[in-house]
This record gives sequence, C-alpha cells and structure tokens, in this order.
Amino acid sequence: MLLQTPFHPRTAPLCHHRRWRSWSGYASALSYEPGHEYEYYAVRSGSALFDISPLRKYEITGPDAAWLVDRLVTRSAFACPVGKVLYTPWCDEAGKIIDDGTVQRLDADCFRITAADPCLRWLQDCALGMDASVRDITLDIAALALQGPTSRDILSRVATGAAIVTLPFFALTEGFIGPAPVTITRTGYTGDLGYEIWARPEHALRVWDALVETGRGYGLAPAGLDALDVARIEAGLLLKEVDYVSSWTALIESRKSSPYEAGLGWTVQPRPGRDFVGSRALEREAAKPSDWALAGLEVDWPRIEERFAAVGLPPLVAGRASRDAAPIFAAGARAAPRQVGYATSSTFSPILKKYIALATIRRGFAKPGTRVDFELTVEFVRRTVSATVVETPFFDPARKRS
Amino acid sequence: MARQYDVIVVGGGHNGLVHAAYLARAGLDVCVLEARPMVGGATVTEEIFPGFRYSVFSYVVSLMRPEIIRELDLPGHGLAILPLESTLTPLPNGDRLYRDGDHHRTWREIARFSVRDAEAYDDYGRTLFYMARAVKYLLGIAPPDPGRMGPGDIRGLLGLARHFLNLESDQLHLLVKLMTMSAADFVDEWFETDALKATLSASGIIGTFLGPRSPGTAYVLLHHYMGEIDGNFRAWGFAKGGTGAVAESIASAARAAGAEIRTDAAVARVLVKNGRVNGVALANGDELRARVVSSSLDPRRTFLDLVDEAELPGEVVRAVRGFRFRGSSGKVNLALDAAPDFSCMPGQGPHLRGAVSISPSIDYLERAYDDAKYGDFSREPYIDIVIPSAIDPGMAPPGKHVMSCFVQYAPYKLREGSWDDRREAFGDTVVDTLARYIPNLKDIILHRQVVTPLDIERTTGLSQGNIFQGELTPSQLFFLRPVPGYAAYRTPVRGYYQCGSGTHPGGGIMGAPGKLAAGRVLADLGKGPRRARGPVPGRRGSGR
Ligand SMILES: Cc1cc2nc3c(=O)[nH]c(=O)nc-3n(C[C@H](O)[C@H](O)[C@H](O)COP(=O)(O)OP(=O)(O)OC[C@H]3O[C@@H](n4cnc5c(N)ncnc54)[C@H](O)[C@@H]3O)c2cc1C
Repeated sequence: MLLQTPFHPRTAPLCHHRRWRSWSGYASALSYEPGHEYEYYAVRSGSALFDISPLRKYEITGPDAAWLVDRLVTRSAFACPVGKVLYTPWCDEAGKIIDDGTVQRLDADCFRITAADPCLRWLQDCALGMDASVRDITLDIAALALQGPTSRDILSRVATGAAIVTLPFFALTEGFIGPAPVTITRTGYTGDLGYEIWARPEHALRVWDALVETGRGYGLAPAGLDALDVARIEAGLLLKEVDYVSSWTALIESRKSSPYEAGLGWTVQPRPGRDFVGSRALEREAAKPSDWALAGLEVDWPRIEERFAAVGLPPLVAGRASRDAAPIFAAGARAAPRQVGYATSSTFSPILKKYIALATIRRGFAKPGTRVDFELTVEFVRRTVSATVVETPFFDPARKRS
Repeated sequence: MARQYDVIVVGGGHNGLVHAAYLARAGLDVCVLEARPMVGGATVTEEIFPGFRYSVFSYVVSLMRPEIIRELDLPGHGLAILPLESTLTPLPNGDRLYRDGDHHRTWREIARFSVRDAEAYDDYGRTLFYMARAVKYLLGIAPPDPGRMGPGDIRGLLGLARHFLNLESDQLHLLVKLMTMSAADFVDEWFETDALKATLSASGIIGTFLGPRSPGTAYVLLHHYMGEIDGNFRAWGFAKGGTGAVAESIASAARAAGAEIRTDAAVARVLVKNGRVNGVALANGDELRARVVSSSLDPRRTFLDLVDEAELPGEVVRAVRGFRFRGSSGKVNLALDAAPDFSCMPGQGPHLRGAVSISPSIDYLERAYDDAKYGDFSREPYIDIVIPSAIDPGMAPPGKHVMSCFVQYAPYKLREGSWDDRREAFGDTVVDTLARYIPNLKDIILHRQVVTPLDIERTTGLSQGNIFQGELTPSQLFFLRPVPGYAAYRTPVRGYYQCGSGTHPGGGIMGAPGKLAAGRVLADLGKGPRRARGPVPGRRGSGR
C-alpha cells in the first residue's frame, strides 16, 4: 500500500489519470494530466506546485549542533549563518557520497537536513559523544515546492510576516500562510526562481489552498515528478541512484562516486583542523584527482534529425526524461569504438530545444568543448550521434538568483 | 557621404529579421529599416490597453522552422513556445466537440457524434503526417525555375522529382488531391460529423478569399498542418509574451550577430542606377547606400511601390498586378475582467488554454463566405479564438484575460460604406456571435480592439490586409510565388532581392523565406554556405 502525504486529499482528485508512483513509499504524482508538458511549462513560465513531503527530514539541536553538522557534510556548517540554507552531499569515510540534500540553519543550535533516504542511525552515530540530538521529523513536516517565474508574486501575496520579495537565494524565513506557521526557503530542484514551504501536517491543506487560490491568476499548476525530472536535468541537478549511486547501496566499489567525481567538488570545503566524515580521503583525492568526472552533454541536433530522417521519422525525442544509462564514446572512432563514459540522465529540453544529458565521463573528456559520441537508439537500432561537452546548468535564468 | 552597408533589409517583420540575422552571421554589414516604432510587422505584441498585452495580428506559432530556432539560438534570446493542444468547437444547440491531447477522451468525444469518425480520426492524423513529411522538403529549398533551366534549376527539379517519386503512390495521389481539392471535399473523405469537418476544414480558408468548398483550399489546410514543434508535426503553440516575442528574439539574435536595426525608418524608394540597386531613400529624405537591398514587404510593394515600374519587364509588372491579395480577415482583441465562461463547457477548465473555433458546420462557414462574396462582412463569422493569458500569466493582470479572436470573413473591399465607418459594427457582430456561446462575455469586456483588413494594411503595409502577403492557393505557390521567373528571391533589378512571406514557402510565422533568401544573397555574393560566424555553440547565455 502506498502511503498518502498530508496533501493527498487535494492531489488525489487532481490526478485524473492516476499516474502515481512510489516516492519513498508515498503515492506521488508523475503528472496530474495525461502528459507532463503543461506542468513543465508551468515551471518555466508560470509556477508549478510540487508535493515534496516524502523527503526525509531530520532536526539537529543542542549546543554542539553546528559541530555535528560540520562533521557530517562536506560543506562547512560554520559557513552557514542562521537564516541560510546549504546544498551539500555527505560522504562515508572513504569520501564516497552517501546522499545529498539541503541544510537549513534555523537557529544557532538548530538545523534541519533533508535527505533522499533514511539516515537517522548514521546521524545519531556521528553525534556520539556530542551534546546534540538528532530527531527524524519526516512525519512532522509537510512540504511543498513552489517553482517558477511567478512564484515570488504568489508567495509574497500569500505569506505574512515574511519578507518574501527580498529573501535571497538559499535563504530562509519564518512566516505564516493564513494562520499556519511555515518555514520558507528559497530553494528548489528546478533551477528556476522558487521556494520550498515547510509546514506542520495539520496545516497542509490550508497552505495548499491558499497557494492554489492566489496562484490561479499567476499560471500556477500542480505538477508531478515527470515535469520535475526534465527541469532538474536542465538545471544540472543530480538525482541519487540515477546520476550517482549511494555508497550505501553500491555493491561494488566502482559504482561509488566522490563529490569530485559527481561534479560537486565545489561543495568540499576543507579548512585547517576541520575534520568531517571523508575529509582525509577527499584530501588525498584532491591531490591526486580521480579519473572520472561529471559532464553536461549537448547532443548535436542535426545529427539526431538525420538519424530519424533516415528511417522516415521526425526527431522523436521529446517526452519524458530518460534514466536509462547510455554509453558515451570517444569522438569519431566508429571502427574501434572506445567507451569513455555513460550518460545517466538525458532529456529533450523543451525550453532550449536541445537534447541534453548528464554523464559520468573520463576526466580527459570532461572539458567543455570536447566532442564525444552519444549512443541513441533510433527505431530499435543503436546509433551514435555526436555531442559536445558543455558546462551545467544547461538552463540558468537570471531570475533564479535575482 | 551616406552610410554604406553591404545589405539593407526593408521591413523588420520576422522574415526581414531572420534574413538580416543570417546575413550578419555570414559577416556582412547589415541594416534593417522598419517603418514602425517596433519590429515584428504582423508579429507584434502591444499593450494597447494598460496591463493587457495583445498579440495584435498573428497569435499562434507552428510553422517557425525548428532549424532557424536552433541556428539562431532563439531560446537563448528569449523565445519560449508554450503548448496549445486542445480545440473546442461550441455548437449552437449547447453541445460541443472537444479534442485535446488525451487520445482516449478525444476518441470518446468524437464517438458521441460518430464512432466511425472517432476511428477515422487517427487515420486522418497519420495521413496528414505523411503529407507534412512530404512537403517538409519543400520548406528547405529555394524553388527551381522550370522556365529558366539553369544548371541549378535542373538540379533542383531533379531533386524535386526524386523526392516526390520516392513517395508511396497513394501518398503522391493524396498530395495531388490536396493541391487541387477543396478543404470540405478533402475532409469529407474521412468524416461525417459536420462540426468536425467544419473545424478541420476551417484551416483551409484562413487568409484566403475562398470558402471551404472552393477548390484549392485543401492546400491551405495542409499549410497549417506542416509546422513542427519538437518533432511533432501539426503542433501549434503560444509564444511566451505574445507573437511579438518571436520577432524580439530574432531581432536580438540579429543584433548579437552585428546587424543594425533602425525603427521609425520607413523606406520611400529603392534607389536603382543602371539596372543595379545602390541604396534606399527613407521617407524623411535620408539616403543610405548598399550593395544589396532585400525587401521583406509583399510583392506589390516590393515591385510596384519601392521601385519604378520602368525598371521592370512589363510581364513582371502585369504578373504582380495579378497576384491575389484579397484580404479577408480581421481580428478582435479583447481585454477581459474575468475568464470567459462557455455554456458548452462551463468553468475554468483546460479548454481555456486551447483554441476555440466557431465553426459549427460546413454550411455555416460557407454562408459566412457568401456574405463576403458580395462585399459584406459575415453576419455570423468563422472565429478562431485563443486566450493566451490562460497559459502565459504575463499577458494580463492576475485573474484577468486577453482573448484573441481571428475573424473571417472581413473582405477588404466593402460593397457599402468604408471600414472606418463600419469598424465598430464589425466588432459588434463578432462580440454578438461570441456571446451566444459565452453568456458572460459582454459583462466582462474591459477593452476591445477591432482590427479590420484596412487597419492591417495601414499598420503593417500588408496589401489589402492579406495576412500572408498574398493568398496561399496553388496558383501562387512554389515557383509561381510571387511571379514566374522571380520565385527564387531575386528580382529583375540586380542586387534587389525579396525575402518576405510573398515568396516561397509563403506566409505564417515561419522564417523560411527570410532564411532561404539569405542563402540566395550569399551565393550571389560568392559567400556560399560556410561556417557561420556567431556565438560558440553550446556556451551558456551565448550571444548576449
Ligand atoms: C491578423 C493576422 C493574423 C495572423 N495569424 C497568424 C497566426 O496565428 N500564425 C501564423 O503563423 N501566422 C499568422 N499570420 C501571418 C503571419 O503573421 C505573416 O505571414 C508574417 O508575420 C509575415 O511576416 P513577414 O516578415 O514576411 O512580413 P511582415 O510581418 O508583413 O513584415 C513587413 C514589415 O515591413 C514593415 N514595412 C512596411 N512598409 C515599410 C516601408 N516602406 N519601409 C520600412 N518598413 C516597412 C512593416 O511595418 C512590417 O514590419 C497572421 C497575419 C495577420 C495579419
């Protein structure tokens, strides 16, 4: 049986086509309509409302809370003043990523961490000997993501007691939506202007109703995971177990990734005397870089068109994002193909009109501008099409930060 | 000394801008001269009533060539095309025919009228896919000239022959039918439901002074089906920010490639010396020099207004005079205080994001044409409605809407009175017609802009207000567009070119004439295809 989030009484009647899937055991809409197209465009043109309640949430409190967080994640908790949010991965002792999420600092000695999968035992074990306590608050908090260019207009009309208009990127504020106290963070998984709203479950429906009511004039649409998947690839954001495998689930060493290998080198923030889980291994890796890196790929459109035209079809690549890995080859070596990596997520980007992919690739091929070959199956036949390594995010509108 | 350019483009409609962008990317010094204070021509968004943005003329996008969008990196210059996938046909008896992207629901909806039609619907869709695929080839080539038979022409004709002979014979037959039949007869081969037949064949009358039963309209129907969005033929969409955003994005790409764009710069004459172009004279008397002048205006203006007839062979002048414009369309743009409530589909459902077509039966459309035939606007017109604010919140204040109503028939030549006298009567007719299906309409209208064919002509320069710079009927297509012998973007005057919708492949927000004409100019300047100058592909935020 799939569990229901606190928003289910609202989302269920909207999910006309019953396109549900399990997200951490909760019924989560893939799309509310038969396809996700309108929901995707709500993210880029109006606002999309996602129920993100299935995220795991943990609260860390106590005099040593900051020390604990600083030990847990690769970014430094001391670089996170009260009222700020960090995106960060966390690693095992070998410097391989376990999970990634956001860290909110609500107070000097109070943090909240979101995670894709349960990790209470690990958090508590890390807290051993520290004056800090870790609590699983997953069920205590219902969460929504309001994402898109009009999200600020909507939220600033709905929320009271919170300075939404001036809330900086990756900052948080407390406030109210109607009578419901909420935490609002300027974060999201779409690479657009957006906010995440954290409320107590008993207030969930009131928060939803207020956003939907005001959002009507601002192109708001409830949106599901299919639209989110396209948007997050355009934003160059990783998905656990798709773009990297958690070191806890990987059965073989080669499947694990360090932050450097996953394009998250910028989140590794060593400091003299700072000892966080995996720091020594990551220090060694920084001195002697790994052979693997993450790269964005832009597949050559004229080649895609040619491949499809050869079988009499228009380029049929628009649709859902693909999570099926596709091999990447060194450019041009058709006779003796040399695989140099694999694309983990790929999608047609409706806003960029390009076919894009996130790939794990040998470092020598990860430099922007490098030409590679991408495997694309056209009419059941495997073909290669040329592609270029580009920087991510693929889509990075100024409004995201402004 | 007058400023010297390589190329002057007359008219900053979307084709003139595409043309300029390609030429500038090839390294030429290009200047676009646009008469109006803004670029876009028939592709403009204007805030006529404060807070409400109208796509004043053209309102939906499909034909815009995907390769142009990519090559000019228009998304990087702000272009976003939002989906439009449903069509609602309200019926006079309070019923409706509603079709959208939900295949099974559409099937059930059509089956309420005819199960046979519901089943034929997919077959029809597949057939038009084949047809669109067959003509896609034509959209990418300059028409060869069977009357000239130069090496390029022969090569072109052979390519053409090969292309069409490769089609399955039944597809070839269909294509010939499409070129010759009426839209009504064509859809008759599939369907029996009147509302369905009427709504499908309505695409065949747009921009023509013909009724759905007039031969030749089947081609126009195909013309509206050959667009391609993200690999989907037949898909239509909204430009975010209105159709003016299409022109703005192309203008931005052209500027990034180095083109200069001047607005409020009406061209009075194209200057010709010894049979060769050498510049233009502006309406304000200024003169600008250029080796090449390309006109994106319609054939009448390009050949008869901008240059002296004495510069042209008599048969060209005669042929251009015979080119049919016969504007037949108008628009009514409405600012609404609330969402329109359709009695056949009450509430604010997803149907508001789609098209609404007032085309209940073939007879209805044909009667609308009958009025026009005898010099009056239709008492009960065909109306194609979209509500861009239902999907693009930037078009109207929250909770309010803009409604674009494309109307036929509004003949350019009225039997009685002038359009200036009858503009509001025309507007009333449209609103009265709509109010039969939208009971709350009259109560929520905050502002009304009525655009007659005369207004189209005055504002954009489109002769007789013909929306496509000349009808898209078979006798005015391909190597006949605009006139035999000069269908491949050249004119009899050396250095003087045409690049607007009056040339192949014709009207609509398409960009193809502008691009193909740029290829012609570059080839004639000895700058054939080569690597374009421009932003490095794949770089973020390139070009700005
Ligand atoms: C009411 C209406 C509705 C339409 N609806 C659609 C639709 O929904 N979808 C679609 O695809 N197509 C539609 N069309 C057709 C489409 O808009 C046109 O075919 C297309 O925009 C023409 O582009 P163009 O660049 O070839 O010419 P134009 O847009 O006509 O550009 C010519 C430009 O030249 C300028 N100009 C004129 N005279 C001079 C001068 N002497 N000096 C300098 N500049 C001058 C004009 O101001 C104009 O900007 C519609 C057209 C109209 C009128």
